[in-house]
Amino acid sequence: MTDLHTHAEDIVAQFSDHLDLTADEVEERLDNLVNEYRVPVDEARRSVVNSYLDEAGLERDALGGGGNASVGLAEIEQDEQWLDVTAKVVELWEPRSDSVAQVGLLGDETGTTKFVAFETSDLPGLEEGQVYRLENLVTDEYQGNFSVKLNRTTTITEVAEDIEVGDDAETVEGALVDIQSGSGLIKRCPEDDCTRVLQNGRCSEHGSVEGEFDLRIKGVLDDGETVHEVIFDRESTEALTGTTLGEAKDMAMDALDTTVVADEMRTGTLGRYYRVQGPQFGRYVLVDEFERLNDPIDAEAALIEARSI
Amino acid sequence: MSQAPTREVARRVFAREFNDASHTFKESDDERAPVYLLLPTGERANRVFLVGTLTEKEDVGEDDEYWRGRIVDPTGTFFVYAGQYQPEAASTLRDLEPPAYVAVVGKPRTYETDDGGVNVSVRPESITAVDAATRDRWVVEAARRTLERLDAFEDESNEYARMAREEYDPAVEEYRRMALGALEGLDESDELAASADADASAEH
Repeated sequence: MTDLHTHAEDIVAQFSDHLDLTADEVEERLDNLVNEYRVPVDEARRSVVNSYLDEAGLERDALGGGGNASVGLAEIEQDEQWLDVTAKVVELWEPRSDSVAQVGLLGDETGTTKFVAFETSDLPGLEEGQVYRLENLVTDEYQGNFSVKLNRTTTITEVAEDIEVGDDAETVEGALVDIQSGSGLIKRCPEDDCTRVLQNGRCSEHGSVEGEFDLRIKGVLDDGETVHEVIFDRESTEALTGTTLGEAKDMAMDALDTTVVADEMRTGTLGRYYRVQGPQFGRYVLVDEFERLNDPIDAEAALIEARSI
Repeated sequence: MSQAPTREVARRVFAREFNDASHTFKESDDERAPVYLLLPTGERANRVFLVGTLTEKEDVGEDDEYWRGRIVDPTGTFFVYAGQYQPEAASTLRDLEPPAYVAVVGKPRTYETDDGGVNVSVRPESITAVDAATRDRWVVEAARRTLERLDAFEDESNEYARMAREEYDPAVEEYRRMALGALEGLDESDELAASADADASAEH
């Protein structure tokens, strides 16, 4: 019963601008359908909402709430889909544009996704670490990555309980079949907030600069079916290759050539099998953790499995 | 925004099947379109990844260095050629002392022989020395991918299987036996290693 009451309150809230309903009368209609006519709750809710829409002379699209999908944040795979979520503000980032009021990461049990709130929507600010019920978000897609946008019709309600934000890190494995150019000992632009990798001592934004040395590997993991591009940052590159930034600088100094570092890394890592884990960013998986797959294989188990294919 | 061309996957194929292949094709008329080798089990391969034992190497070049390596897997021998345009692979071949386990990423190349046959070789993008565990892992992986291709061979939507039937009329059951045989070989060498360990500990 409490369940129906909650649905009823939702519906009252949805129509609050349009109809003067009470939770009790809505619950009665839901109850009639669910308990009298054995209609599933979702269907009952839909039907009740539809009848109120008629009453108010509204199209379904004019309403928030009710008709929206509930999809896990890490499971969004449709552009311009209306959503309701209960989510935690995992991170707030510095907006890069004056039109953006807030930008950051929202998380729920399934994982995280980026959110944006625009100045024009004139919404109350979200606080980092706080859980909210957010109704009437709309999804957005850019180059295959999904985010959610808050808008003028979005309702924001603080929720007292905490959420365990899911880990949506990608795990990929395969043979390391390539280490691409731009790997090994590189130089980055030292300007504030610019970490661009220099090409021939030049930053594409700041021109000729005195770069700062860094290590990274842009690699390709291939399992014979799919190809994943992965980036090892300095820390994971050092762990992968056993070469520290200092050692890499010494090697380059001795050889009067920075490319020896990447060559040495290729010799030590190409053709080996790895499993890496980390967030997907554009076409790259950014490696948080990795392991070399080097345990002796269980030939008998492999044979049994192979016979079943 | 123009889409960067997607990288071609490196197929896992045993030497015997690789050497049985001969038909190459392109998917478009574009001059720079990738060339694919049609595998008899019904897949296109623009790139391969293989791990095996380098058993011989020889500089077969006349003026410039041109290294040929024989790389053996449980089913046969891959031929790998690296010259001045594959400087890193060529220098790896020059430096390696056979026998050694090596991993090769490379492109299939075909050439017609004087008697009208077609030979297939690998033009390496990289060659690295690896260990026995990596080699065993590859054998398991290659067997699995081969069996998966065979499993999909009868699918009506499998255009490369259709192409393979037309070009090769392959004995698919033999490739299945070959893949399982490669795994049985690993299993036996496990047992040999285990009994060798037992013998060794019995001596003490």
